[in-house]
Amino acid sequence: MNQNLGTDTAAPAAATQAPATAQPPSGTFGGMAARSSALMNKARIAIRDLDFYYGTNKALKSISLDLPDRQVTGMIGPSGCGKSTLLRVLNRMYSLYPGQRAEGQVMLDGQNIVDPDMDLNALRAKVGMVFQKPTPFPMTIHENIAFGIRLHEKLSRAEIEERVEWALTRAALWPEVKDRLHSSAMGLSGGQQQRLCIARTIAVRPDVILFDEPTSALDPISTLKIEELIDELKQDFTIAIVTHNMQQAARCADQVAFFYLGELVEVAPAADLFTAPRQKRTQEYITGRFG
Amino acid sequence: MSATTASAAPRSSIPGRAKDQRASVALGRRRARVDAIIRILCTVATGLGLLFLVSILATLVVKGAGGISLSVFTEVTRPPGSHGGLLNPIIGSLIQVTLATLIGTPIGLLVGTYLAEYAGNSRFGHVVRFVSDVLLSAPSILIGLFVYQLLVLPFGGFSGWAGVVALAIIVIPVVVRTTEDMLRLIPNTLREAVIGLGAPKWKMIVLVCWRAAISGIITGVLLAVARVAGETAPLLFTSLGNLNWSLSLSQPMSSLPITIYSYAGSPYEDWITLAWAGALIITLGVLGLNIVARAVLRARR
Amino acid sequence: MAQVAVPEAFPAAPARPATRRGSGTGDAVFATLCRAAAALVLLLLGAIIIELFLGGLPAFKAFGAAFLTSTEWDPVQDLYGAGVPIYGTILTAILALLMAVPLAFGIAFFLTELAPDWMRGPVGTAIELLAAVPSIIFGMWGFFVIVPVMASTIQPAIIDTVGELPLIGDLFQGPPFGTGLFTAALILAIMVLPFIAATMRDVFLQVPGVFKESAYGLGATRWEVMRRVVLPYTRISVVGGIMLGLGRALGETMAVTFVIGNANRITASVFGPGNTIASIVALEFGESAAGSLKLSSLLALGFLLFVISFAVLALSRWLLRSRLKG
Repeated sequence: MNQNLGTDTAAPAAATQAPATAQPPSGTFGGMAARSSALMNKARIAIRDLDFYYGTNKALKSISLDLPDRQVTGMIGPSGCGKSTLLRVLNRMYSLYPGQRAEGQVMLDGQNIVDPDMDLNALRAKVGMVFQKPTPFPMTIHENIAFGIRLHEKLSRAEIEERVEWALTRAALWPEVKDRLHSSAMGLSGGQQQRLCIARTIAVRPDVILFDEPTSALDPISTLKIEELIDELKQDFTIAIVTHNMQQAARCADQVAFFYLGELVEVAPAADLFTAPRQKRTQEYITGRFG
Repeated sequence: MSATTASAAPRSSIPGRAKDQRASVALGRRRARVDAIIRILCTVATGLGLLFLVSILATLVVKGAGGISLSVFTEVTRPPGSHGGLLNPIIGSLIQVTLATLIGTPIGLLVGTYLAEYAGNSRFGHVVRFVSDVLLSAPSILIGLFVYQLLVLPFGGFSGWAGVVALAIIVIPVVVRTTEDMLRLIPNTLREAVIGLGAPKWKMIVLVCWRAAISGIITGVLLAVARVAGETAPLLFTSLGNLNWSLSLSQPMSSLPITIYSYAGSPYEDWITLAWAGALIITLGVLGLNIVARAVLRARR
Repeated sequence: MAQVAVPEAFPAAPARPATRRGSGTGDAVFATLCRAAAALVLLLLGAIIIELFLGGLPAFKAFGAAFLTSTEWDPVQDLYGAGVPIYGTILTAILALLMAVPLAFGIAFFLTELAPDWMRGPVGTAIELLAAVPSIIFGMWGFFVIVPVMASTIQPAIIDTVGELPLIGDLFQGPPFGTGLFTAALILAIMVLPFIAATMRDVFLQVPGVFKESAYGLGATRWEVMRRVVLPYTRISVVGGIMLGLGRALGETMAVTFVIGNANRITASVFGPGNTIASIVALEFGESAAGSLKLSSLLALGFLLFVISFAVLALSRWLLRSRLKG
C-alpha cells in the first residue's frame, strides 16, 4: 500500500517540475536564483513578475520567487511590507475582497493561480493556510478536521476516522486529544488550537501550506512545538511561512526572502541570508537597524 | 539542509486511498452548483424584500398622489361628498407627536445617561436596560390599553393628553437605546480629561459627553418621532380621533393615522382617496425622517 | 517674573472647598434625576402589568381558567373566551416566521457575503426602511393590493395543488376570500422580515474575518462557510433575532386588523377568517361600554398578550445579550 501511494503521490511532484522549468521568464531571476539553486529543490510554486493592488495602492511590486518543493520558505520584513499579502495571493484569499487584484504569474501545476478562471476551491484544497490566531470552528475536534476532508473527498466513516487520526498525529496533537475527539475544540489551549488548525489543514492533503505568523499569539513552549512541527511537515509539504521573528526564520526556513516596501529585496538560503546578506537594506534589517 | 534527499522521499505517510482527482473534481462541481443555487435564491430573497418596499411605495404614489391637493392641507375633515381635507388630523398629529417627543425625550435621555454613566455593572442597571429593551418592542396596542386604564377611564374620557402620554411612553425606550449606545462610544480618555480638569461629573456628562454624542441622540429622537408619527393602535384607546376641529388637549383629538384607518375602512370613494393621500403623506414623512436620521449619524462618522 | 506671579495672584485655596461642595450637590441632584428616570421605566412596566391585570380581573373572575380555552365570544349572552384569538395570534405569528425566516436569512447572507460593496449600503438601508413603514400602511397595502391577488391567483392555485394532497390538504381548503389567517401571516412576515434580516446581518458581520478565511482557506464555498462556520457561531443570536421578530408579530395590530377577516371561530383551513388578540381588541373596543364584562375581557386579552410577548421578548434579549455586550 505504501508503495502504491508512493508512486502515485510522487507523480504530481514530478509533473510540477515541468512548469517551473518551462517558464520562459525564469531568466529574470538572475543572480539570486543562481545562488539559491544549488541547495534548493525544484520550484513547487513559481512566482514571476507579480504585482498586487489594494484598489489603486500597489502593495507588491514585480515579485519573482520560487517556493522549492518540500522545503520551507521564510518571509521576513517589517510590518506592511507585503509578505502577508504575498501569502494571500498564493491561495487567492484576496479574491474575497472587492478592489484587491493581482497581475503576473504564479504557476502551480501548470496553472496560473491569479488567472480569473481559476477554480478557487480546488486551489485552496491544494494550498492550505494557517493563520496568525488559532481559528477553531465552533464544533468538536473531530468535526473540525473532518470539515475540510468532506469538502473535497467522499470517504467512508472508517476512512475519515483514519484520516483524522493521521492528521492529528502529524500535527503532534493526537496523544493530547484522542480521548476527547467529540468535545468542543474551543476548550483547547491556544497552542493546541493552533496545532488543531494545522491538523485541519493537512487533513485535506494539500501540496503547499502557508503559515501566516503562526506563533505570534502563542507562548514560547507552544511556539517551539509548532516550529518542530513545521520542520517535520516539510517532508511532505511545501511550506511558506511569514514571520516577524528572525530567529524563527533562521530555525525553520531553508530559504529566506526579505521584503521591504512591497519589493522582494533578497532571497537566499537561510544560512547565507543571515550571515552574508548581499543587500544593504537586508543587512540593516537583520541587524535591527529598522523594522 | 538535505534538500535532495527530502525531495526524493515519497509521500508515504498519508493514509487511505490516494486523492481521487476525478471524484474530487466531480464533488467540487456539485458543491459549486449547490453554492450557486443558494446564491441565486438569496439574491432572489433580497429582490423580493426590495419588491415589497417598492410595491408599497408605488401603491401609495399611484393611489395617493392623485388625492393630494392644497385642500388636503387647508380643509378640515367633512362628511363624505363635501370636499373635506385632513387639516385637523395633520395638526392633531403634529401636536401629539411634538408633545410626546418633548415629554419622552428628556426622560429617555436621563435613563440612557444613567445606564451609560452611572449603572456600571449593577443589577438595577441591567434590569432597567432589559425592561427598556422589552418596552422597545412591546406591542403598542398594549400601551394604548394601559393609558386607557390609567388616564381615560378615571379622568372622564378620551383626550389629547392621553394620546400624548401613550406616544411618550413609546418614545422613551427608543431614546434610551440610542443615548446609551452613543454615550458608550465616547472614549473613557475624554471623560478622564474632563474630570482631570476638576469638573464635577454632571458637568462632564452635560457639557462634554452629551455634546460629543449629540448627533447620535438627535438620530434617536428623529427615529422616535418617525416611530410614533405612524402609530395608530395606541391612539384608538386614548385620543380616539375627532372629526371636528379641536385644539383642546382635554378633548378627543384627531390624528392622521386614526383618520386614515377610519377613512380607509369606509365605503366612500372620496374618503378612501383622502385616506390614501394621508397614507402617502405619513409614509413620506416617516421614511424621510429615517433617512435624515441616518444622514445625521453618518455625517458624524 | 510675571509667569510666577500669575498663580499667586489667584486665591485658589479658599475657593476650592466651596466649589467642591457645590459640585457635590450638583452631582447628587443629577445622579438622582437619572436614577429616578431609570426607576420610572421599571415603574412603567410594573404599572402596565398591574393595570392590565386589574382591568381583566372581572373577566378572569367570571370565567376562571376556562377563559383561556373557551372559543365563545358572545356579547348577547355576555360570554367571552380567549381561545380563538390566542389560536389566531400564535398561528399567524408562527406562519409568519416560517415565511420570514428563510427570506431574512437570504437577505442577510446576500448583504454580508454576496452583494458587491457598493450595493450593501443602499440595499441594507432599503430593507431597514421597510421596518419603518407604519403598520397601518401595511394594512392598507395588504387590503387593497395583496388581498385581491390572493383571492384571484395565489389562493386558488394553492387550493388546487397543495389542497388536493392528503393529510395537509385540509389546511388549504375553502373559498378563496383573499382575507384570512394566511394573508395576515403573509403581511406579518413582510413586516417582521426587516427586523430579523437586520439582526442576522449584524451578527453575521461580527464573526471575525479570520474564521471565515480559514474555512475559505480549506476550499469551502460561500454557502459552506455560512452553514458550517458562520451559522454555528451565531446561532444563539440568530435565534434571538427570530424571537424578536416573533415578539413583534404577536402584537402587531393594525395590519392584521385589515386583512384577517375578523371572525371568532377556528377553521381547519389557514385561508379561513379568524382574529388575533390585538385585532379583536382593536375592533371590539369601540363597542364596549366602560365597566362592561366585554371591556374587561378585552383587557384580560391584553394582559395575556403582554405576558406572551414579554416572555418572547425577554427570551430574545437574553439570547442576544452576548451580541449586545460585544
